[in-house]
Amino acid sequence: MYKNDFEYFNNTRDVYLDNAATTQKPAPVLSIMTDYYTKYCANTHRSNHSSANKATSLYEQSRTFLKEFIHARHDHEIIFTKGVTEGINFIASSYVASRFDTVIISSLEHHSNIVPWHMQGRTLHKGLEVVKCNENLDFDLIHFEELLKKHANAFVSITHISNAFGKIHPLSEIINLTHKYNAKILVDGAQSMAHLPLDMQKLDVDFYVLSSHKTFGPTGTGAVYIKEEHLKKCKPYQTGGASINDVSFKKSTLLDSPYMFEAGTQNIAGVLGFYEALKYIKNIGYEKLHDYEKEIYVYLYKELSHVEGIEFYCDTKNSIGSLSFNIKDVNQEDIGILLDKQHVLARCGHHCAQPIMKKLNIEGTIRVSIAFYNDKYDINKFILALKKAIAILKK
Amino acid sequence: MINKYIQKKLGEIKNDLELFDDDLDKYEYIIDLGKNLEPFDMHEQKEENLVQGCTSKVWLVCEPKENKLYFKANSNAQIVKGLVYIIISLFSNLSAMEILKTNNDILEELNLAEIITPNRQSGVRGMLKRIKEYAHAFKEENK
Repeated sequence: MYKNDFEYFNNTRDVYLDNAATTQKPAPVLSIMTDYYTKYCANTHRSNHSSANKATSLYEQSRTFLKEFIHARHDHEIIFTKGVTEGINFIASSYVASRFDTVIISSLEHHSNIVPWHMQGRTLHKGLEVVKCNENLDFDLIHFEELLKKHANAFVSITHISNAFGKIHPLSEIINLTHKYNAKILVDGAQSMAHLPLDMQKLDVDFYVLSSHKTFGPTGTGAVYIKEEHLKKCKPYQTGGASINDVSFKKSTLLDSPYMFEAGTQNIAGVLGFYEALKYIKNIGYEKLHDYEKEIYVYLYKELSHVEGIEFYCDTKNSIGSLSFNIKDVNQEDIGILLDKQHVLARCGHHCAQPIMKKLNIEGTIRVSIAFYNDKYDINKFILALKKAIAILKK
Repeated sequence: MINKYIQKKLGEIKNDLELFDDDLDKYEYIIDLGKNLEPFDMHEQKEENLVQGCTSKVWLVCEPKENKLYFKANSNAQIVKGLVYIIISLFSNLSAMEILKTNNDILEELNLAEIITPNRQSGVRGMLKRIKEYAHAFKEENK
């Protein structure tokens, strides 16, 4: 239904089911990026000529739009980054590093929310704790509360939706418990905004990191929401041009947020593209997008359920976007190659989430991740290709 | 430098692969090639025999006989088994010196870019590196 909005689908006969890795970009995203580079390409927040003013104005409009989109209170609570990985590393370095004794993560984190903590010298039970999940990959709230009780000075860093399995964490309960024990929380929203509306006020989250390219925007762009009360405690982890108030050889003084955190020339075209992606979602409306996507997701699960030898890792009750599975006695990498050769693009492997794969005693899964532009034709083609791949591999 | 024996083998494999117009048929053939791998001792499926850089697991061991080196390998993925079969069939039955003199990019000759995707190329490089390490060790031991 929505494929016509995406030039990509006019240029390929591939069935794209790897949306958790990155999403396709609608025409307005590409248009504004081309316009920026061809009509008013200039640096922002520096020169005062017309192109620079236009670029700066649109850049700041993007910030305001994103603020409203996620129901933040102030523009200065929105910091543009190059993506979720940078967002987590930024908060890890600027806010968490020497302030918190313990970081608590979930069992379903991807490497971007594990490695930054290891790099701080934290290892399991020595500055890093992992909340258990049950056999359905559900977050163990009881264990989480035990950890919060045991570790008085804790920072919680948890994904909203698992990239590998599509499992949605019970965010409200997690945030309430975090604050009950006076801890602070960062939510990794890499997989969220393509599927769910976000409301920073309702969530009452301290930090929320966002990805543009997983939300129909360009790569190399993202944002961090920082609740205003924490801004003063965040130190910039990189400094330079456009982040300063005054510099002499004696000393430098910095601007206030967001500029103090956006040193150097930003990914201007990327931010403008992100802006258009959000406008595009807003025009469709999350309700419509969600209803349609859910229908496809349920259909996918139902069709997959009939495939012989299929092994799921969680139900679809609290899941969205991604479905992960294996086929008994078949290597997922083999399936991935044979799907690709039949023009079906899915991801097979550990999905940058090796710890949970190790816990499940598997090397990886076949992950099918949908977006609202996928349709039943895509699912049917995928199921046929999957069955053919299995037949070849079991011959 | 490409040894004449390898050149001949490469040509044969290349010709066989070019017979297939359909990608799936080509992959079925590669899967079938993997079935020709000699039985691999389960005890050899250990960490130290794992080839670095492979997306799937590949175990590789070397069995010298007289002055020639022979390789045995296994993988947990069927398509990779086929690729592994191609690589070890190129290098088995050569002397250590012949292996060490062989250029690392010989596999480009096979035009396997479609099969060996960018993610898999590090696995192929890992295999060639391990084969050359075995050859180097054998050469040093038999100086």
